[in-house]
Amino acid sequence: MKREIPLMIVFVTGLFMAVQFFVPHSKSEFVYEFVMEWTIIIGIFALALGIWSIVRVSANKIKRRAENWQYAIIILAGLISMPIFALTGGLESYMWRHFFNYIIMPLHATMFSLLAFFIASAAFRAFRAHSLLASVLLFSAIIIMLRFNPFLGFLGEPIGDLAAWILNVPNMAAKRAIIIGIGLGMVGTALKVILGIERTYMGSD
Amino acid sequence: MNIFEKIAKLDRRWIYLILAAVVVITILVKFESPLRVNPEVRSIFNFVEGLEEDQYIHFAMDYDPGSMAELHPMTYAIMEQTLAKGVKIIITALSPNGPGMAESAMLEIMDSVRVKYGRELIYGEDVVFLGYKAYPGIVILSMGQNYRLSFPSDYYNTSTDSIPMMDGIINYDNVEGIILITGTSGIDFWLAYANGRYNARLAAGLTGVSAADYYPYLRSGQLFGLMGGMLGAAEYETLLREPGDKPGPAMEAMRVQVWAHITIIIFILIGNIGYFVSKRKGGMR
Repeated sequence: MKREIPLMIVFVTGLFMAVQFFVPHSKSEFVYEFVMEWTIIIGIFALALGIWSIVRVSANKIKRRAENWQYAIIILAGLISMPIFALTGGLESYMWRHFFNYIIMPLHATMFSLLAFFIASAAFRAFRAHSLLASVLLFSAIIIMLRFNPFLGFLGEPIGDLAAWILNVPNMAAKRAIIIGIGLGMVGTALKVILGIERTYMGSD
Repeated sequence: MNIFEKIAKLDRRWIYLILAAVVVITILVKFESPLRVNPEVRSIFNFVEGLEEDQYIHFAMDYDPGSMAELHPMTYAIMEQTLAKGVKIIITALSPNGPGMAESAMLEIMDSVRVKYGRELIYGEDVVFLGYKAYPGIVILSMGQNYRLSFPSDYYNTSTDSIPMMDGIINYDNVEGIILITGTSGIDFWLAYANGRYNARLAAGLTGVSAADYYPYLRSGQLFGLMGGMLGAAEYETLLREPGDKPGPAMEAMRVQVWAHITIIIFILIGNIGYFVSKRKGGMR
């Protein structure tokens, strides 16, 4: 029974959600809304679990003086201080706003900005025309980067057209194939879960 | 080791230094990049232009401060245009680090509409910020049923039912469209649930690296418009620009991007020359 009951719940819920999509009746909508509310509540428990997990991992790191344990102190300090600022001073809290505006925002922006340097370095090392396919990729990348360049003169218009064609034809065809493949894979996995073939969500089985 | 082999093995720190120098210098050099506006950007502009006073749109700011440099110009351009027309906006921010940034942007835009267009906007009557809720997929699905399921109160903890502009607004059926600005794959949820399940009209502004991935949705009609990165924002600003206006922030940033791209292309060409020359010499030996 320990295995049969969860499998039954998954089967009934999965089947209901699939059928409900095609039944625009008020009762079906009511059950759907009810399930949605439950999903949000369950999601909040998962969030609590995530917070507990990061507290435990960081505390252990500090206790064992593991490599870079000092960073774990900063994680815990941020995790504890931000909710305290928000709960005591509300969203207008001076500390909360300043921590967000002058620590979190610049940190995020810096991390993302570093990408430009890594991309430049990676392009220099990896974009080599060592085969036909690599040459096509290289050529496409250069065209896409040049499409809004103001120094191309009479070449600007045809390069712009070519870039639009690359995005709208070969790029789209490849993406469509990938998306359809992913979609079919998702349907297959969902069916396997509903029918009880895929049971990894129940732990080691 | 000859010069080409040396170039092919150039220390990455030199690349970082040169790129940093290019970025800093081009901020200071003024020139304008001629932009041609793509139809996917124009269709968002036309959509907003076609809206009438007191109609509603949903504006989803699903990005973190990390992608702020690329995505903020789109948000400012579209929201300013929309609010100046008297269209009401429902804002959500389904990215964990986004709400604080979204609120600041909303307040700044309200202020700039007041200064530029002389239109005094009132929170709760012209614009509402519902804030953040975890698990975007579930939140997007539930908003399709009723905004109040996920957001019984707004960002400032005011009951959604007591907000004047939310009176009679139940779900996506009551808004003319959703404009999503995102730096994450959260757009997949909006496509599958808001558009796929509830038939909401959806347009997206994405970071440059992810825009190319969503062209299939544009051609299938699931997205009615698409803006990619700084270029998309600059194209939008071009459409909004009146004669004599100063270039917008994205148009200004484009000249940095143009030169950064030229630098990267030069590096790629140098790398390939080094590669081919070394290969040829190796083959001859």
